This record gives sequence, C-alpha cells and structure tokens, in this order.
Amino acid sequence: MDAKAKVGIVLIAVVLAVLPFVLAHVGTAWVRITNLAILFCLLSLGLNIVVGFAGLLDLGYIAFYAVGAYCYALLASPHFGLHLPFWIILPIGAGVACLFGVLLGAPTLKLRGDYLAIVTLGFGEIVRVFLNNLSRPVNITNGPQGVTLIDPFKLDGFSFSKSETLLGLTFSGPIKYYYLLLLVLLVVIVINVRLQDSRVGRAWVAIREDETAAQAMGINTRNVKLLAFAMGASFGGIAGGMFAAMQGFISPESFVLVESIMVLAMVVLGGMGNIWGVIAGAVLLSFVPEILRYTVEPLQKAAFGRLIIEPEVIRMLLFGLALVLMMLFRPAGLFPSKTRRREFAAAEQQHVG
Amino acid sequence: MLFSLLHPANGKPFMEVFLQQIINGLTLGSIYAIVALGYTMVYGIVQLINFAHGEVVMIGAMVALTVISSLAGANTGMPPLVIVLAGIACAVPVCMGVGYTMERVAYRPLRGAPRLAPLITAIGISIILQHLAMLIWSRNPLSFPQIIPNPVFEIAGANVSGVQIAIISLSALMMLGLTALVYRTRLGTAMRATSENPQVAGLMGVNINRVIASTFVIGAGLGAVAGVMVGTYYGIAHYTMGALLGLKAFSAAVLGGIGNLAGAMLGGILLGLVEALGAGYIGEFTDLCHVSWISTGLAERCAQDGHVVLMGSNYQDVFAFLVLIAVLVFRPSGLLGERVGDRA
Repeated sequence: MDAKAKVGIVLIAVVLAVLPFVLAHVGTAWVRITNLAILFCLLSLGLNIVVGFAGLLDLGYIAFYAVGAYCYALLASPHFGLHLPFWIILPIGAGVACLFGVLLGAPTLKLRGDYLAIVTLGFGEIVRVFLNNLSRPVNITNGPQGVTLIDPFKLDGFSFSKSETLLGLTFSGPIKYYYLLLLVLLVVIVINVRLQDSRVGRAWVAIREDETAAQAMGINTRNVKLLAFAMGASFGGIAGGMFAAMQGFISPESFVLVESIMVLAMVVLGGMGNIWGVIAGAVLLSFVPEILRYTVEPLQKAAFGRLIIEPEVIRMLLFGLALVLMMLFRPAGLFPSKTRRREFAAAEQQHVG
Repeated sequence: MLFSLLHPANGKPFMEVFLQQIINGLTLGSIYAIVALGYTMVYGIVQLINFAHGEVVMIGAMVALTVISSLAGANTGMPPLVIVLAGIACAVPVCMGVGYTMERVAYRPLRGAPRLAPLITAIGISIILQHLAMLIWSRNPLSFPQIIPNPVFEIAGANVSGVQIAIISLSALMMLGLTALVYRTRLGTAMRATSENPQVAGLMGVNINRVIASTFVIGAGLGAVAGVMVGTYYGIAHYTMGALLGLKAFSAAVLGGIGNLAGAMLGGILLGLVEALGAGYIGEFTDLCHVSWISTGLAERCAQDGHVVLMGSNYQDVFAFLVLIAVLVFRPSGLLGERVGDRA
C-alpha cells in the first residue's frame, strides 16, 4: 500500500467518523436515513454473493432479511416476554436465515438460472404469506399488525436507544447505531473481499461463467452454490436483526417483493460482483427517495401548484428504468470490476461472431 | 379425518362442495391457462421468462375497465354484451402494442447476452408498467363494472354462473384458435421452426425477428383477454393484480412443461383445480381437532370452538408455489415437456 492510498483511507475514515454529527446538525432524520443506507449496503453485499459472485438470481432475498428480523423481534420483545441479549440473537438469526437458505437452495439449485429466479420469488411470497397468517391458532408472528416494542441493542447498562453525552458530544441513539452499523459493514466488507479471492470465491466465479466447465475442473458445484446461498442468507439475517432493533417495530409490510427488487437494483447498478460498486449502488439508491423528496416535490408544487406524481412512484419508476438501462447499456454496472467488464465484452464478441 | 371430510362443517354434502370447487377450479384454471400460454410461447421461442407478462394482463383489465365503464356510463343504449366486447376489442390492441414495445426495447437488444440480463430487464419493465398503471388508474382497487346479467344455474347442487361458463368457453375457443394458428398456418410453422433452431430457421428464409415479435404480440393479446376475464370474475382490478397472477400462470406453464402449448393448457387447469380444492379443504385437513387427543388444552379449545384450524384458505396463494417447487424438484421438464433444464 503506497502513501497515497493510506492518506485516502485515513481521509475516508475521518469523514465517516464525523459524518453523523454533521448530519445530526441538519436533522436526526438524516442520521436515520444514513443508517438505513448502511443497512442496505449490508443487504446488497449479501445478495452480491449470490447474484454477483455465484450468478444465481435470487428474487426472494428479502425473505432472509424478514427471517432475521422476526427472529430478533420474537426473541427480544414483550410479544413472547423474551428479552435475550442481541449478541445471542444475531447469530441465531443468521443461523436460522442460513437454514432457510439451505432449505430453499438444496432442492432448487440444480435448476437453471431463470427457474431459480422464479422459485426464489415464490419463496419470498410464501414467507410473507406465513408471516401474515401465523397469528392463528397460535399467535407466533402477530399477523399483519407486526411485532412492536422490540428491544434496542443493549450491552450491560449501555443502551443503543438512549442519548449520552461524552466529551461534549451528544451521542443520540441513531448515532450510536451508525457506528455499530459501520463496524458491522466493515466486517462484512472484509469478509467479502477475502471471500472474493478465496478458493470458494473463485469457484463461484467459475460456476457463474460456465457451470459445466467448473464441474469438469473438479468443483462440487452443488455444494459451492449452496454455500453461496447460505452465506448470502445469513448476511441477510444479520441485517434483518439489526433492522428490527433499530426500528423497534416490524410487520410483514416491510418485506414485500419490491424490497427484494430494490436490493437487486442496487447490486445491478453498482455492478454485479463488484464489492465497492455494490456499496456505491446501495448508497446511491438509498438516498434517491430523500433527494426526490427535496427536489421533485417542491418543483411540482411550484410548477403545478400541487403534487402530481408522488416521489415514491418516481422512485419506483427510476428503479425499473435503472434495471432496464443498466442491462442495455452498462451490463457490468456503473463501476464495473475489470474482470467483469472483460467477461461481458467477451460474451458480446462471441455472439456477434 | 377422512370421515369428517365427507361431511364438511358447513353442512353441505360432500359431493356438492366438491363439485362446486371443481367448477371454481375450472374457471380459475382456464384463466391461468390463457396467461400461461403467453409465458410458454415466448419461452418456447427465445428461452426467456417474460416477467412482465402479468403486467400485460393487468393493463388489459385496466383498459377494458375504462372502456366498459365509460361506455356503460354514457348511456349509449348499447347492449351490455357489445360493451364488454368493445372493452376486449380495445384492450387487445393496447396490450399487443405493449408486448411489441417490450420486445423491441428490452429483450431484442439483449438476445445473446448472458442469461441474467434479459431477466433483469424484464423485472425492470414489470416495475415500470406497474407504476405507470398506478399513475394512470390510481393506487386503489377499482371495481370492475359487471354489466352483463349473470344468471346462476344449478347443476347437481353446485352453482355455475353465466360468467363462469363464458370464461370457460371463451378460453377453450382461444386455445383452439391458438392451436390452429401454431399448427395450421405459415406463421405457426415459422414459429415452430424458430423454436427448434433459430439459426437454421433464419437460413430457411424465416424472418426470425418478425416471428419472435409476433409471438410476443399474440401472447399479449391472449393476456389482454385473460385480464378482462379476471376483472369480470372477481369484479375488481388493481395495479398489482398482474404480479401474483403472472407468477401462478408461470407455475402452471412449468407444471405442464414450459415451451409446450398443450402443457400450458393442462398445467393451467390443473393448477386452478389444485388451488380451488386446496383452498376448499385446507381448513378441514389442518383442523387440529381431528387430533385433539394430543393435548388436553387442545381438546378444551375444540370443545369450545369446534375447530382449531391451523391453516385457513388465506394460504391459497401458497399452493401455486408449492406446486412449482415440487414440479421443479421432481420433474423439471413438466408433465408434457420433453426439454430438460440443464444449462445454467
């Protein structure tokens, strides 16, 4: 690592460390939005393992997020009267999500890619239907009302929901979560980077490019794909647990198909398989609704005197457009990794010739 | 447990309930079959899951809804049947246009790209269509005008409505027409040749682009009619109605063997039957009171309420996916399909 890179890293670290206080100055809402953006980074990185590295299109990824979130909510809320500490629940959530990933993956991973997409989509819907209906005859998920009063993260006396003042700086709840999320994100990034160049990571890429060839090279494609699925799922589970703790309330409404597609859009926009691109994509798309709220709304009100197209709709239209346009013009993502760009170029040449 | 199935709780004799669910299932199934044909035709020719097909069905329903309610509201004195036919006549070309545009813009440029690419554009198109529809037709469920008289006939104790008969017979007609088109016309021959081997078909003078575009257009036209049928049957239209319907129809296509016309028809009807019977009986099957001996608490609740149903008919939507997963696991080529899914 040369000196320039070191200076760059220090600079980024300083900016990230100061960021929440600057944002809090503008409004605590912005810290919350940033936290959600980091959460989406976690989700996108998880999905990136499945879609980007292994090339398996998973359209029900949010189901794992839901599983993690419900795990946390049920084990740390008055709903069952359980209040386990988060450092026990998060691994449980990751484990259960991983189990679901294996349950879904084991029978379906031998299918070709597009079938897999549909099955995962169906799986996502099934999970949501169950979350909605598992309130009778035994109330497990509390149905559409969701679970409320979920415990925040607590470590002995240190609660992540309370404000504290340290060295003249006010650490509000969201700011504390911000640092925690940043830490988790860092860990996940490190895991991802290490995975990418590992034996498993290279096996994933080999499968993505040509499954038959990968098999011929002695890769146990089924197990390696299953591993991708399970890892992606457990990252989703962890993100879900953190989401439940941060929000304090979850309901099946948070885990609809559109969310899965949003995460997919983030991965696609940043460039499938490219860790930094995916993070950029996640941050970009997480802030789009907020940016729209502050630009499109006043613009429309000024032009027409009222709101004609809600920012929410514009956001969804943009997501759809992003998916289409990216695939048409920059299939390797906005910030493609070198290998990925080469692969797509090769694929194109092959078909032209 | 089986014994009590013969005497369901609602007091109706077994055969009548069974027959009723069969009729409902056939109606639902013929709608699924028509939508599934759109998936299967496109898949047979370009090996692409046209994710946005469900949205086309939704647009068909919405366009027909607008036309029918404005014609019915305008007091034109037209007979109701003509109004509905006018609705269909408007919905079909609109959907065909949408189908054609979709193919040109989102799928044709990606022919030969990695498999994931057209699938992702398809999802994008589906989101765009959904939200455009929301902008045009509001985000609330709209009630679909039911203007044709809907007489109810009784057959062996089960009720059959006029709409159900119309849906089933119209679907049968369309299936016959499509079969004739594919197996009796020049275009059909070209379609079959293209699905067999596009390169060779091209060398034989088949204009592949035109054939593929016509496949999309025909599928979309069928979808439009299906949309009108769904709207009339349920009496409601919503901008998200296409997503679930599309998924179920796709499951039906896979069940029958994707790429296979007869398979889509069979799969659609089977899925409709499974869903109707499943929804009708799941409550019975999962009534814990059949096994009330496992705990005294349960027995008490059973004595109190009569039923402790584990899963009610609100799980209806799950059946399609269970069928889909089961088919893909045990027989990926479907009931009638000869193509085996091997390439990733």
